Amino acid sequence: MTSTTTAVDPGAVRKEPAADQATPTTRKRGIPRAGWTIISAKEFSDHVLSSRFLVLAIIMAIAAAVPLYFISGQIREAPSGATDFPALFIALFWLTPSVNDQIQLPSVVGFLAMVGPLLGLAFSFDAINGERANGTLPRLLSQPIHRDDVINGKFGAGLAVIAMVLVVMIGGVTAFALIRLGIVPEANELLRVFLWILLTLIYIALWLAFGLLLSVGIRRAATSALVGFGTWLLLTFFGGLIVSLINGVVAPLTTGSGEDVLKNIGLRETLQRLLPDTLYREASLTLLNPQVTTVSTPATLGQYAQAQQRIPSLFSLDQSFILIWPQVVALVGLTVACFALAYVLFMRQEVRA
Amino acid sequence: MSASPGRIASKKRPGRRSDSADRTAASSGGAPVLIKTRGLTKEYDDLVAVDHLDLDIRAGEIFGLLGQNGAGKTTTILMLLGLTEPTDGAARVVGLDPSRGPLEVKRRVGYLPDAVGFYGEMTGRENLRYTAKLNRIEKDVIEGTLDGVLDQVGLTDRADDRVDTYSRGMIQRLGIADALVKDPDVLILDEPTTAIDPLGVSEILDLLRGLVSERGMAILLSSHLLNQVQSVCDRIGIFSAGRLIGMGTMAQLAERFGEGKQLLEVGLDLHADEEKARARSVLSGVTGVTSITDGARPGDPWHLEIERGADPATVRSAVLATVAAEHLPLTSIRAVVPSLEDIYRRAVARPGGSRIESRRHTPGEVPA
Repeated sequence: MTSTTTAVDPGAVRKEPAADQATPTTRKRGIPRAGWTIISAKEFSDHVLSSRFLVLAIIMAIAAAVPLYFISGQIREAPSGATDFPALFIALFWLTPSVNDQIQLPSVVGFLAMVGPLLGLAFSFDAINGERANGTLPRLLSQPIHRDDVINGKFGAGLAVIAMVLVVMIGGVTAFALIRLGIVPEANELLRVFLWILLTLIYIALWLAFGLLLSVGIRRAATSALVGFGTWLLLTFFGGLIVSLINGVVAPLTTGSGEDVLKNIGLRETLQRLLPDTLYREASLTLLNPQVTTVSTPATLGQYAQAQQRIPSLFSLDQSFILIWPQVVALVGLTVACFALAYVLFMRQEVRA
Repeated sequence: MSASPGRIASKKRPGRRSDSADRTAASSGGAPVLIKTRGLTKEYDDLVAVDHLDLDIRAGEIFGLLGQNGAGKTTTILMLLGLTEPTDGAARVVGLDPSRGPLEVKRRVGYLPDAVGFYGEMTGRENLRYTAKLNRIEKDVIEGTLDGVLDQVGLTDRADDRVDTYSRGMIQRLGIADALVKDPDVLILDEPTTAIDPLGVSEILDLLRGLVSERGMAILLSSHLLNQVQSVCDRIGIFSAGRLIGMGTMAQLAERFGEGKQLLEVGLDLHADEEKARARSVLSGVTGVTSITDGARPGDPWHLEIERGADPATVRSAVLATVAAEHLPLTSIRAVVPSLEDIYRRAVARPGGSRIESRRHTPGEVPA
């Protein structure tokens, strides 16, 4: 075939039939720009202008505003107690506000753990199958871009939108804390918040990648949305229930001895850590609250007694970080696994149905 | 293309067979081969979609790919663009291997997919701008390029409306504009004229002819619409079950797949059975006419088969004279040449070709 290649030399192709087309292209080409950045830019503006963005922005605003409103009431009511409270600024994110004696609301972290997946799924559940249904995928792929530019660009755009939403949300909380509550964040706290934003981004990216996987694997956008939101509902709201169920069967509280109770609790924690939102909650609470020095309940009664005797202390940032390292690794691993699977599936898929 | 394209004015009829042959003769000379395949094969699990395809398409020619659904047309096109890996064989598009250097191939090949789609929430111009960006066309020339291609397909007026307000035909036009944005050397069009109204079709076909003659492009188009393929393509390849069962100009195909019999189509305004019987006996008396098929329903044309070796013009005059002498109510008379549809049906019906559903018989016509 090489000999035929030379016969069909591109230069010769240009010159032959029409003399006015002697130059390779009449249109100037710009400096090569990575294909995925072009796709990302387009997808980003699509997302931001979409109605689903508006809805999600409102949900996120509520997720931040509701806990903040009740916490600020509590903080104002107890000014003396608040002054010796360590790291008050970041406490705004993890304190669980109580509306009254009975009702406890989730914290900002709790809200994010619940609605974060929604944000991720919403920006990716129709990423690929939407293009396919629209008839735009073959056209897009016939442009001079690599095939993975499409999926990378879509993932990048989703991440950018989520990061933007998070930064605006946290910025809003910070502004509220400064102006209405007079809480000035310390440098150390800002660093913890920054790392927590990254953690949240990873957590939501997991769902973004999961949505992307569904959009590659499932032909119809409506079906992939249903599967995605169903999974979210199952893990977030019924996850605890399922864990209790398994726990009750495997390690039942029959004798009521201390060992029995600890075994029961240990298994519960292990099972719960299979749920991404548990990983996120544990990591967030440790990162945002230096008082948290352990994420697991002691496994034996001896350890339990030891833990009881420990003098309460504050963890430095690196200590907190080491404590949650397994959780972070698990979240990153899950995200990478989802994205890699989506990537491979997409690269191997036929362009046509 | 032309100087005043507004809505691509139909200056000339789309090329007829006679000049198609001339063009091919002219273009097959020194023009470079822009699409070349040798033994190109694509197998799926239990199906051979494309079976050892050998194809040469030169600059300055329009090649029509004809075939049923699932005959392998789109698979061939996807392999030419590097969007699907061939199982075996090789392809060269603008001198490059599409599976090795797909980016450069895609930079120089404009592609209109079957059932093309656009982003509905964006305007036509925005959609094209996105394509221009993906082709790394420089910012300062993008708008001029877009104006040009929108003008060529006659969409200037609606360019700034959202695509979800477009009709299917307009989307198809936008698709052609989209393929032209990158100023390609090769244009691959999968069903380019579906859903376009008849007037629009001839505009599009004129546009394609113009691109070929002015830009020296090579155009590969696949279509079900036989009349269009016939009118615009220099050469035609008939695809069946993954194999190219016939390739060449209309004349060559007619020679190869024609039945070898000549027909006269005669329109007679007859209703009563006795009148029909009289016409039949009168016409069968004409020298050179071997058999007569009368119209099934009143108003349907009759077909007279001409004796092998007889001069059709002489027979035609004889028929005319007889009809005039016998006062038969003649409405029309013309010679029937095999249409692409006839050729196509016969080609796929041959051993090795697959069966095709019989459609309405519409013989092509030449002026009597």
